[in-house]
Amino acid sequence: MEKRTFVVHVEDKPGVLNRVASLFRRRAWNIDSLNVGTTHEPGVSRMTIVCHADSCMATRIEANLYKQVNVLRVDDITEHARVQRNLALIKVAAGPKERPHVLQILEAVGARAVDLGPDSLVAEITGPQDEIERLASVLEPFGILEMVQTGLVAMTRAAERPQLRKVRAA
Amino acid sequence: MNAPLPTRTTALSSNGTELTGAEILWEVLVREGVEVVFGYPGGAIMPAYDAMARYPIHHVLTRHEQGASHMADGYARASGKVGVAVATSGPGATNLVTGIATAMLDSIPLVCITGQVPSFLIGSDAFQETDITGVTLPITKHNYLVTRPEELVPMLREAFYVATSGRPGPVVVDITKDAQQKSCVFEWDDTPIELPGYRPEHHALPADLAKAVEMIDAAERPVVLAGHGIVKAQATEELLAFVEKADVPVASTLLGLGGMPATHPRSLGMMGMHGESWVNEAIQQADLLIALGMRFDDRVTGNLKTYGQNAKKIHVELDPAEINKNVKVDLPIVGDVKEVLQQLLPSLEAKQRTPWVEHIDGLKGESAVRDIQAMPDEGRLYAAHVIHDLWRLTSGDALIVTDVGQHQMWEAQYYKHDHPRKLLTSGGLGTMGFALPAAIGARFAKPDDEIWVIAGDGGFQMTAPELTTLLQEGVKVNVAIINNGYLGMVRQWQEFFYGGRYVATPMVSPDFVKLAEAHGLKGLRVTERAGVEPAYREAQAHPGAVVIDFRVEQEDAVYPMVASGRDLNDMIRRPERKGAPHNPIFETGED
Repeated sequence: MEKRTFVVHVEDKPGVLNRVASLFRRRAWNIDSLNVGTTHEPGVSRMTIVCHADSCMATRIEANLYKQVNVLRVDDITEHARVQRNLALIKVAAGPKERPHVLQILEAVGARAVDLGPDSLVAEITGPQDEIERLASVLEPFGILEMVQTGLVAMTRAAERPQLRKVRAA
Repeated sequence: MNAPLPTRTTALSSNGTELTGAEILWEVLVREGVEVVFGYPGGAIMPAYDAMARYPIHHVLTRHEQGASHMADGYARASGKVGVAVATSGPGATNLVTGIATAMLDSIPLVCITGQVPSFLIGSDAFQETDITGVTLPITKHNYLVTRPEELVPMLREAFYVATSGRPGPVVVDITKDAQQKSCVFEWDDTPIELPGYRPEHHALPADLAKAVEMIDAAERPVVLAGHGIVKAQATEELLAFVEKADVPVASTLLGLGGMPATHPRSLGMMGMHGESWVNEAIQQADLLIALGMRFDDRVTGNLKTYGQNAKKIHVELDPAEINKNVKVDLPIVGDVKEVLQQLLPSLEAKQRTPWVEHIDGLKGESAVRDIQAMPDEGRLYAAHVIHDLWRLTSGDALIVTDVGQHQMWEAQYYKHDHPRKLLTSGGLGTMGFALPAAIGARFAKPDDEIWVIAGDGGFQMTAPELTTLLQEGVKVNVAIINNGYLGMVRQWQEFFYGGRYVATPMVSPDFVKLAEAHGLKGLRVTERAGVEPAYREAQAHPGAVVIDFRVEQEDAVYPMVASGRDLNDMIRRPERKGAPHNPIFETGED
């Protein structure tokens, strides 16, 4: 089973996230990450769902998502060239002595400090999952106090294929 | 005795009228063609009940809300229309749940209306508050929470549309008490409903149809697997035309029974766990399986690894999510089974498959049950006799509603259904207690049919209080209780797989004759074969409902049987056991 990425456009109505999550739960499909947010279209939300599935199961996931009345469009973009990002905030223990060292590390990997305190700082990194994990392991010796991730968001590459501008018209 | 539905002619309100939410509810239901609803009042649904009296809707008061959802289900199965159940919030709504799940697994169109606490109390754990849209989310096709009267017209119209279109299913509409009480301007809208994310219709691709024709023409040993989809799509005529042109034998699922006339020479009968041995053998030996409106449930496939190993598979199914779910198929065709059969028919090669048909007949000869009528009466009463005699005395044309268990399988084996919608049974969920309330619901869809409940002593007791509903409604539904003093199917499994330890299966029942009488109905008891026919005759002649307590052989078992997870043609046949009760019905040359 490989990691698969689904882009799911849904109606922005109460309970829709619950319906999608409940579908995965009752079919015993495990979600690796799920991100949901609004889009440029009023009333349309977009989910990025990452889960492990073979191609046959992926077809069933797609068909079952379509059975949800509030699901507008499902795209399995696993086979497509795509941009995908995960954003993480990491609060690292770093007093005046360690701070320059930590800032140096952040700069080296294209991350940045978004908040400074006397004994700690908050780092922000955007990128694929493995980059985030690498940074976390490098920061670990300083002491990670808190960490949060958005979950993967994904989009096919600009040249990949024209996406319909309006999901509702699909 | 079958009370006709009262026809009250009430002029419906015109657009622009100020109406309460409760009134709008019934305005919409009447416009959707609803004539009867099954329900039970309570606090949060009282405004709706109060308004109901002004509309041409007949309300059947059940004795438990589970009865209401099963009655709506029975009504829907018998009529092909939407069944409507009504309940209050909290316990009223949760009591509907078993009936909703039953309808979901068998794709039955229901609209369940539940009251909800006032919108300003939602989330406060108010008296009789249950999150019923949350509870029913995984067991409904869709559900709605209505908090404002303005939402009622669009949401109720959507509910009926979603319940009936595509693969049907139950829909819950939960209406807060304040949405029932408040008023708004009523605006009926009869333009076609468009839901942006809902695509109930699917049509076969021409290339796939051509491929199917090629595969069918080339097959030497094809078998049609006919499911509930044939019944739901009203495709019996098309199926017969297909079968006669291509000369293909047909095996049916439990819910497919009647979709193919049982007495047709190409009808093999029921497949699966309690299918006759020749049916399962034919499937295992086939070189092409043509699945029509069925979903390869584990009860019909047995071990998936060895299922139909020699066969290519075509799967015609309306629901894309069923494709490759249990059985990987060579050619999926997503579409309405009636339409697909119509499209296939002109291109199919007309041919005779005599060697294959004769081969299956040969399998049949080896293991076919002997004619029950010719069996000697040796003083024991067997369920198979009781069911066979009912088939005979009703000319095979009664509407039979079965419960769940051994009697359900015996009914499927011995009552030969030649017409669709004449066997109502809980196939997917296997809901004990289904039969009596479902039969009451069916009565309102089919006022002139002879209706019989066949139930076990266990399942019957689960919903027996609905006997009073029969009395209150003054309708006739006859009940045959196959009473063996055990939870028979569980006992059978204990006998086969649990060392004969009958844990919690011996069951004491009330005196069913007195129980019937206590409910104001007629009760009869039969303990020997000779008493079966007179009891049926008496029940048929009696104007009111009759309950017959058939005291059948206690440790009889349903044969043949494919044990859970075993190969489909690895069947438990009747054993030769010294001193064991000898059941002549199942005795064959082979067994």
